Amino acid sequence: MAGFSSGEQTVIAAAISEIARNILMYAKQGEVFLSLATNGDRQGVVVVAKDQGPGIADLERAMQYGYSTSHGVGAGLPGAKRLMDEFEVDTVVGQGTTITMKKWRRVI
Amino acid sequence: MEVPILRQGQYLIASIQSALTDADLSHLREALIAQVGRSRCRGVIVDVTALDVMDSFAVRTLRDIAHMARLRGAETVIVGIQPDVAFAMVQLGLTLKGVATVLDLEEGLAFLNRRDEERLLETRPKRFGDRG
Amino acid sequence: MANKNPSTSISPRAPEPPALSESAAGLLRELVAHLRQNRTQLREEWARRITRAELLTAMTEEEIFAEATAVYDNYVEALETGTFEALQAYSRRLSERIIPRGVETDEVVGIVLLLRDVLARSLFTKYQDNVDKLNRILDSYEPAANRIANTVAVGFVEERERIIRQQQEAIRELSTPVLQVRERLLILPIIGVMDPQRARQLTEQLLRAIRANRAKVVVIDVTGVAAMDSGVANHLVQTVEASRLLGATCIVTGLSPEIAQTLVTIGVDLSEMATVGDLQGGIEEAERLLADRSVLPAPREPGTDTSR
Repeated sequence: MAGFSSGEQTVIAAAISEIARNILMYAKQGEVFLSLATNGDRQGVVVVAKDQGPGIADLERAMQYGYSTSHGVGAGLPGAKRLMDEFEVDTVVGQGTTITMKKWRRVI
Repeated sequence: MEVPILRQGQYLIASIQSALTDADLSHLREALIAQVGRSRCRGVIVDVTALDVMDSFAVRTLRDIAHMARLRGAETVIVGIQPDVAFAMVQLGLTLKGVATVLDLEEGLAFLNRRDEERLLETRPKRFGDRG
Repeated sequence: MANKNPSTSISPRAPEPPALSESAAGLLRELVAHLRQNRTQLREEWARRITRAELLTAMTEEEIFAEATAVYDNYVEALETGTFEALQAYSRRLSERIIPRGVETDEVVGIVLLLRDVLARSLFTKYQDNVDKLNRILDSYEPAANRIANTVAVGFVEERERIIRQQQEAIRELSTPVLQVRERLLILPIIGVMDPQRARQLTEQLLRAIRANRAKVVVIDVTGVAAMDSGVANHLVQTVEASRLLGATCIVTGLSPEIAQTLVTIGVDLSEMATVGDLQGGIEEAERLLADRSVLPAPREPGTDTSR
């Protein structure tokens, strides 16, 4: 996929799995979009996860490693953030959450 | 998809064949723990060779299996974690601390055999592994 | 140029150079017509000057002439259309051909500047009786000519950079050998500068080697690592943890006093990592671990290695 090594692909898959689980747990349903991107001499994959769930009230806490309001191990969002190069959360309480994360690799 | 659990001597071997849903994983945990008690087995091997992604829920379930089985008197060893999966796991902070992990089924059986021998030799109470 | 990717750096819809007034456009047309009419002579003159300046010495005269022809035609086209894609694509292909033959950046810059000179001189000759017109012609010519020289030179440098990156990648692969000392024992000597990409590559290689060799113990020797920041240190910790998931115990050797001090100061938790002073001590420790488990295919301590 997009020239990523199998190790990087596994990492991307794990990150997607974490945010998908996050959607299932809190918003029950949502969507995950994948696309390819180019930035200078880097190529990458962009993952956008959208839901119309409850939103995240305390984003700072949600991004702390080991914190979870549900019964996960708390890898969730901070775990996914660790795995990716860029990670952005856009959330409005009562309206939903959009997570955009990117992983880059240098094009040789 | 249900995971087949085989009995081999004193050990139970659960061989995961394909990607599992959370429900499948929970079911595996319950089935294994029930069987450990019923068959009074001494060891559990969970073979995850077929998994090419392991997220926090899967890792937590494996850890729970190990801890619950230990409370029921059986040692658990996870076998067959793929190199790429292992690397992704530690980056996620999922290190399965306190749970034995070895390369493959053969190593897993050897590990359990050795634990058994140690158990026979040792008179001191069994030390609990650190919680992870 | 902020955008280095050749496929996107100048898109077909990129803003054109400032629009020329009607008469300037006329002058440019006149200029292009002049260059087309005198193509053979100017091209030959240029090739001669390249040879005389001892540029492109790695190439034969026929090759120089062939490339000169192609560059000339692309040059005129770029002048005429004000678009540079064709020239850019050509200079990239040219660079691919000539870099492996040892052509240097100054030579490439030199030949485009020579072409610029040859063409300018022909303009001087043609318009020597009309200085006013000459000046206006040069006003049209110079910006475009400069941009052309720039495009070719940048294309060349980018290609060189790409090749250098490729070579660095190859060196990286070579510089992290995973060695099997004896059955079930691997040594990973890490030498040089660690960056995140190299660290990742190294871990992937090690984990695959553990699996392929069914290793039980790995000695990671960092004697040759000059400096370690928290990122690299944490990566080392992750490598040790991932190795354990594959059933292998890691022993880290050769942490210099400076690095040890840094790691403690920045608060990297190495408490779960087995460390031994030097490589020899590490191998001895590894042998001991392997001997302990000699009865059977050497299972490891369950989970908690901190007891050691």
